[in-house]
Formats: sequence, C-alpha cells, structure tokens
Amino acid sequence: MSLPQHVTPSQVTDVAYLPPGLAQPSPAGDGLDAPYWGAALQNKLMVQQCNGCDRFLWGPEWVCHACHCFDLRWTEVEPRGRIYSWERVWHPVHPALTNGCPYVVVLVELPQAGDVRMVGNLLGEPIDRIEIGAEVEAVFEHHTDADPPFTLVQWRRAETD
Amino acid sequence: MARTMRGQVAIVGVGETPYYRHGQSPDAEFKLALAAVLAACDDAGMDPHEIDGFASFSNDRNDPPRLAAALGLPELRFSNMQWGGGGGGGSGAVGNAAAAVATGYADAVVVFRSLAQGQFGRFGRGPQIPRIQGRPAFTVPYGLMSPAQSFAMRVQRLFHERHVSPDTLKAVSLAAYYHAQQNPRAIMHGRPLSSEDYDNSRWIVEPFRLFDCCQENDGAAALLLVPAERAKDFKHAPAYILGVATGVPERAAAGVHNAPDYATSNFKSVAPHMYDMAQLGPHDVDVAQVYENFTGGVVMSIIENGLCTYEEANDFIQYDNLIAPSGKMPINTSGGNLAECYMHGLELQIESIRQIRGDSPNQVANANVHLIASGPMVEPVSGMLLGSEATR
Ligand SMILES: [Zn+2]
Repeated sequence: MSLPQHVTPSQVTDVAYLPPGLAQPSPAGDGLDAPYWGAALQNKLMVQQCNGCDRFLWGPEWVCHACHCFDLRWTEVEPRGRIYSWERVWHPVHPALTNGCPYVVVLVELPQAGDVRMVGNLLGEPIDRIEIGAEVEAVFEHHTDADPPFTLVQWRRAETD
Repeated sequence: MARTMRGQVAIVGVGETPYYRHGQSPDAEFKLALAAVLAACDDAGMDPHEIDGFASFSNDRNDPPRLAAALGLPELRFSNMQWGGGGGGGSGAVGNAAAAVATGYADAVVVFRSLAQGQFGRFGRGPQIPRIQGRPAFTVPYGLMSPAQSFAMRVQRLFHERHVSPDTLKAVSLAAYYHAQQNPRAIMHGRPLSSEDYDNSRWIVEPFRLFDCCQENDGAAALLLVPAERAKDFKHAPAYILGVATGVPERAAAGVHNAPDYATSNFKSVAPHMYDMAQLGPHDVDVAQVYENFTGGVVMSIIENGLCTYEEANDFIQYDNLIAPSGKMPINTSGGNLAECYMHGLELQIESIRQIRGDSPNQVANANVHLIASGPMVEPVSGMLLGSEATR
C-alpha cells in the first residue's frame, strides 16, 4: 500500500499496544463517523471541518457547534500533535487488561486542526516520563484480522532533528 | 417581583437505609428505595400518604408510579428525573423537587436515590462486549473506559495549567477518613487512614491512588420537601433551600474530551447562579459537602465554588483546614462518598441537614450556611445552599 504524504513506514504497524480482548470499534450505524474509520484503514487521519465557517470539529458531530451549519466535510490532516494531558493506568477494569498494566492514555491536541483533541495510547515504555506539550506523531495500528478490520490511531514521541 | 426559590421550600425529613459494601445488600433495590422513603416520612412525622411527588437522578431504576402504587398514595402529581449520570444530579433533583413545591405543582415531594449494585452491576468496570460504536469507540479501545480513567486527565491538566499540587488530593482523602472515624454509620468507621497509608497505596490511574477514589455501595437515601409555611409542623428543625443551580459551561459535553475548558469540575457557570439565588457568597459558607467521585474533582469544586482561588489552593486545601470543627472550611463531615457511603451523593444533603439540626458526628458550631456541590466533572453538575432558620 502506498503511504499518504507525511506518513513514513515506521508509522504503520500491526503490533497492538494493548492485549487483545477489548471491545472493537466499528463505524456507527448512523454513518456519522464512517469516513474517519475508513481513512484510518488507509493510514490517513481525518477530522471534520465546517463548510460554513471552516472551523475544525471533533469528535464526530452532525452540526457545526459555532455556526449551526449541517454541511460538514472530512479533511485529511497531518497526523501529528502535542500532548495535552495524559494518564497512566495501573488498575485493570477489564479482564483483557489484567496483564496489560501499566499503560498510558494520552489526549493529543492537533494545532494544525484548530486544536481539536484525540484520545490514543502513547507508545513506548509506559513508565517513561511524560511531558504535557511534547510533540507526538501518529502510528496507525492495524487490526486486519478483526471482523470488521479496524485501525487505531496511536501516538509516539516525535523524532527531533 | 424577582423570580426566586430562596427560602420557599424546606427539607423536613431525611431517610437512609443501612449502607452496605457494593453487592452486599440483603434487600432488593426497590425495597431499599421504599425503606428510605418511609424513613424520611417517619423522621419528619408525616403520614406517607401525603407524598404527592418524587424526584431522582442518574437514571434511578425505581420509577415514581411504581413507588406510588407500592405506597398506596392517593395520587401522584410530580414524577421527575434529572438528566445526567453520576452524582451530578444530586442537588439538581432537589432543585427540581423544590421548584415543584414552590410553584404549587406538588405539595410534598420526596427526592431519593437507591442503588443495589449486586443486583445490577458496578460502575467501575469497562464494558465486556465484542464491538463498540459511537463516542465510546474513540476511547474504549485505548483502555479508557472507567469513570476514574475518564476524569484522571482533567486533573493532570489542572496540575499543569494551574500549578495545583497533588498534595491537595491527599488532604481531601485524609479529611474524609478522619470524619468517618467519628461516624458509626460510615463504611470506613474503624478504618483510619494515615498519611503514610495514603502515600503507600497503589495507583489506580495516575494521578489517582486507591484512596482518591470513591466507594461503590448499596443502600438508599431520601429527602422530604414541603413548602416553607409548613416547615415547622414537623419533628425536626427545618433546612431551607437558599439557592440551587444546575448546568454546565459552554460545550462541556463536546465529544471525545473536547470541552474548551477541560481542567474543570464544570461548576464555573453554575456556582454564580446558586449564590445569586441565595443572595450569599462563598465567604458565607460555613461547611461544605463536596461530592467525591475522585479527590481531584473535589479540589476543582472547592476552587470553582469560590471557597479559595487557584493561587490559594495549595495553602488552603490542607488537612487541618478541611476537618471539623476546627478547620477554616470543614468538608465532607460525615466521611462523604470516600469513607461514609457512596449513595450517589445524596448522603451529602443528609449530612448538611444533620449539621443544621446539630446532630452531625462532626458538628460544627454555629454553622448556618451549607454548600453541597454535586457531581464534579460530569455533565450536568449541580449545587445548592441549605440554611438554618437563622438564614431565612
Ligand atoms: Zn461552522
């Protein structure tokens, strides 16, 4: 598969960060978020943008929160961001995670998309120090054997050069 | 004439069942609800047949028509559910009931909450289902699924943005456990918590340790509301509703953690309405009952309800200041959700009423104005001010 602009081969993986057994995401029956999940399968990060006022929107929504326009488009954005907040989970609340702790959840804001925020895992050693504001880039984690297949958008500390 | 409920409605009866560890109730949830309602009437000295309305919150499963039938009420006039999960509706449900009573929509309304989690499953567990859609599909597959996990990042952001110290969380926890040691009803009575115990406790999800997290319990609680003109017809000193407000700031429920103001308990827009109705300010508050799902939310609630500023928080939110009777601002004087019982916060209203009646296990002298902050970090939250006769 050819990669989109801004995505390197190391940003694509079929190695899952968390153990198997958690609920698998699938597009909502109302069709609202299908473009996002479809794009992720293609290593693309999409968010919504308003055709009325050009504002970015996330999570998936039917109406622009600013101008009430229902005409929203899906826009591909560069899959990078910075850590807005984080948590390190030590207590498993699901049987699948019994041997999967600790792990790190991050809230990543996307400056190139109006600072919308996305939830993912921070790849790497979970006990490493985490800094709010640190630059991160997406890793597309493919679950091709799932039915239906899905892709999680994970995050890793950006290469600094 | 200004539209206000200030002083128009009184809480004249409170009822509680025994509180049990989650899943340990010998009684079914509906039976617990009935017992609490009857206990509230008994406490007031009112014939239960006078009840003509019920209000609850957090999708309570025990609906008013069924309760009215079971109690043989001559008629049911008001049956109300405050939207929103968690404890955010605790004060809102009382406000809804009070609005009904103040306007003549009903005459004697019971606010109640009943929980038997052995019967119906727990809150602090992730969904064990094969597939997930909609908003949870953007969080659950990343292992973000429990209430603690949903709120921890708000608190982490608070530390970053406002330079609030994690020590404030510890102070809230230690104060609750201290108060529970004087309260024989408390689940954690006889189980004191030391500073070292707290420091050595395991992480649940950073920045929350075990003792930053509320219990989950079985039991039921109920409050009986009547018009102020009837307030003195009953057995105990009435508690007057001085101010109540519910809601959330702008776009607080924007999806996937996209609320514009993230490091918040959601009280910033709500507390001013509550104080305005009461014609009081934060400096008038004598004792505060602040809902603890997690201690970080209590810290935010204390600040956003005006009891201190962000800049004062690290000095103000200290154990010595939070305990009764000597502290500057005693909070959660029964032990609260952390150490008394998790009755989705309705036990906090009951503790305020005990303070007004003078029979709290941690009584504060001359305490007339009582803040109850229900919810933090959920949507919507709610808050109320209760007052003694002296405040009317
Ligand atoms: Zn717009």
